[in-house]
Amino acid sequence: MKPFAALLERLAFTQARGAKLALLQRYFAATPDPDRGFGLAALTGGLRLATARPAQIRALIAARTDPELFALAYDYVGDLAETVALMWPAADEGAAPPGLAEVIAALERTPREAVPGQLAAWLDRCDASERLALLKLITGGLRVGVSARLAKVALAGLGAGGVAVEAIEEVWHALTPPYGALFAWLEGRGERPDPAGAPSFRPPMLAHPLEADDFARLDLAAYRAEWKWDGVRVQLAAGPGGRALFSRGAEDISAAFPDIVAAMGFAAVLDGELLVVREGMVAPFADLQQRLNRKAAPARLLASHPAAVQLYDMLFDGEEDLRALPFDARRARLEAWFARARPARMGLSPLLPVAGRAALAALRDGAREAGIEGLMLKRADSPYLAGRPKGLWWKWKRAPLTIDAVLLYAQHGHGKRGGLYSDYTFGLWREDGTLVPVGKAYSGFTDAELTFLDRWIRTHTVARFGPVREVEKTLVLEVAFDAAQRSTRHKSGVALRFPRISRIRTDKPANEADRLDTLLGLIGPGKD
Amino acid sequence: MSAPAAETWLQVRPEGLYCVPGDFFIDPLRAVPRAVITHAHADHARPGHGAVLASAETLALMRARLGAGAAGARQQPVGLGEALTLGGVRLWLAPAGHVLGSAQVAMEYRGQRVVVSGDYKRAADPTCAGFEPVRCDVFVTEATFALPVFRHPRAGDEIVKLLASLALFPERSHLIGCYALGKSQRVIALLRQAGWQRPIYLHGTLMPLCRLYEALGVPLGELRPVIGATKAELAGAVVLAPPSALADRWSGRLADPVTALASGWMQVRARARARGVELPLVISDHADWDALNATIDETGAAEVWVTHGAEEALVHAATRRGVRARALRLIGYGEEAGEDGGEAP
Ligand SMILES: [Zn+2]
Ligand SMILES: [Zn+2]
Repeated sequence: MKPFAALLERLAFTQARGAKLALLQRYFAATPDPDRGFGLAALTGGLRLATARPAQIRALIAARTDPELFALAYDYVGDLAETVALMWPAADEGAAPPGLAEVIAALERTPREAVPGQLAAWLDRCDASERLALLKLITGGLRVGVSARLAKVALAGLGAGGVAVEAIEEVWHALTPPYGALFAWLEGRGERPDPAGAPSFRPPMLAHPLEADDFARLDLAAYRAEWKWDGVRVQLAAGPGGRALFSRGAEDISAAFPDIVAAMGFAAVLDGELLVVREGMVAPFADLQQRLNRKAAPARLLASHPAAVQLYDMLFDGEEDLRALPFDARRARLEAWFARARPARMGLSPLLPVAGRAALAALRDGAREAGIEGLMLKRADSPYLAGRPKGLWWKWKRAPLTIDAVLLYAQHGHGKRGGLYSDYTFGLWREDGTLVPVGKAYSGFTDAELTFLDRWIRTHTVARFGPVREVEKTLVLEVAFDAAQRSTRHKSGVALRFPRISRIRTDKPANEADRLDTLLGLIGPGKD
Repeated sequence: MSAPAAETWLQVRPEGLYCVPGDFFIDPLRAVPRAVITHAHADHARPGHGAVLASAETLALMRARLGAGAAGARQQPVGLGEALTLGGVRLWLAPAGHVLGSAQVAMEYRGQRVVVSGDYKRAADPTCAGFEPVRCDVFVTEATFALPVFRHPRAGDEIVKLLASLALFPERSHLIGCYALGKSQRVIALLRQAGWQRPIYLHGTLMPLCRLYEALGVPLGELRPVIGATKAELAGAVVLAPPSALADRWSGRLADPVTALASGWMQVRARARARGVELPLVISDHADWDALNATIDETGAAEVWVTHGAEEALVHAATRRGVRARALRLIGYGEEAGEDGGEAP
């Protein structure tokens, strides 16, 4: 547990990609099997463990510490696992912490109700940094900013000669933790593992954001336009060896989307956008979120939140690799294949007319309804390349909308921003002169703005409800968001898509903040 | 108990804690005629007092920081453990283990003994004398890290982390933010203890206090100003700077620096992230939660006055153990930009 805990601690504070790679590589090189393989699995989301709920963790610490002191400490730290890791009374000074492999093997055979007791016994053997790693592992909240892709890049450089990261991707989904065969291959001690026809992930092609001057320079005749759907980018890989639905980050999300997997009775690798669609209408992103991050999908949810895919591209037709073909040729293959295969729950994302800059800009700005974030512009001759090659694909999001809102409540952020008030509820004025909450924002601010807001909140609190502080209704925040949608679940009758703080308007008195009516006026036509 | 309540002769006034019969303030927040100073940190040792009584090291450090003119019109050095009497109050200083020269103030009046801790720590520090608990009736304690999440690891283990990072990133400078007085010299001394022989580079503001420490008998090995060092010299080097200077442009000359900060606050991740630190080093010159509570018990005090930090938790914990405890609510300590990471609790 010690090397893994030390790795997590460094990664938690490391931003630079090169430094993360160095830390990962040292961990993989210096940690013995099978611990390093389980560490790899933990980082890449490859572990399915019996977990403990926050309430169970609270019960453990309540049995060992004074509740008033715990409340003060938790309020200060803001993160449950971290508070518990720091406060846990040291038990056996001399005891060795459990190894990662030991923890994982035990969790696999421990019944769910016995997990808290087992966890407590381990915590007694750990120091604070190991306790935090263990708690994050068991509560499923590692979040150290390492993508599966990055871990594989680190692995690619592990052996003396190195291997291509694509070669790792191709065998990856045939492997299971603790990846003994993989390490043996990478270190030149064994054969390359056989993917045996299992569906494998191909690194997707990504787009650059289009800035105004890029747009002015673009030779539009060479480009094709598509909607940029507001869902989750996915790769569908199916063949005789099996079927898998992958996220953009190579995570296998098949288990959460059995409805899509059931419709994949074909042999192809496709690129598309995952959405929730009801009666032909794309639902707000929040509805898709209900389906994500699940280990299984209950039948009720499958019926109420049906998933669908808008197809963009075709990487493989059967065994045939199309990635070197130009976009137009792949598109033709995709259309021909689609006409033959007619897969359920899937549609072809339409090509849009490219009739000059002004028309294109109007098309982008007019696309206000749910489900569309803007436009994609793709060079007609672009091959399908892994990563984010320059100048081939552009994403052109429509401009964000903004409102001036009044800060109403604040809460501690979790994880990264624990301890600081970084979760803001804001509201707008109603006809009758009262403020109604319209949304929450957790991002968009700079570190300096966060420090300012945290201080302001601490000194302008008028009431506290558990972890929530109600503040004086005097601070105006400019909030940017991508779209406003009608919602019956919100008191205000409106839900904002991706609201974030764009500016702190200390220059603006609260009575000049926007009215709810103004926001309702921004709700796009076509959907009600 | 026949002695008068301590509040009758030791009072909280706007200027700070005042000893009535002795007619002096302890670490006053503004200029006063007579002051007893626990240590030379700027929030405790303010400029412009009349008479100043303190350890010889504290007086020397005050002269260096404030200028001879502002460090007290009359300076009276007193050795640790050396008692004197002021207006019927017997007074002496006992080591506090916080920074060089730091002291607790012990006072006896009409059979009652009060000890004012100043800032203190219990962990060993090669740059200053270790804390000595003094039995007393009333203990006035600091509470900078008085939350049970602050349980500082051994400073030596944090130095091991730093050395591991230097080994993993041998091309990168390691820029460590540390408070100019005390923390910098302790980090240097710990590095030397751990076998780091190479020159250590200093931001300009740290050099005078390091030289003074050496003059006062604390060897620190080879120190060089970072100004004038070449990029090649700074690759893989340890560079110290005050926390406030970590993000400044001058650090552009460093080779892809790993930014570290040596502070007790680094124990909480959100605090470390708010400072933009890549390598938090939990090295504190204040007592942690366990040490605060153990010290209260060791003094045998029936009554504790808590100041300077998270009073609420410590008052609660002491009360649970049957010690009478209250918060003094002195405002103005620990707020100096830069002290121990530059963040007031
Ligand atoms: Zn101090
Ligand atoms: Zn202080």
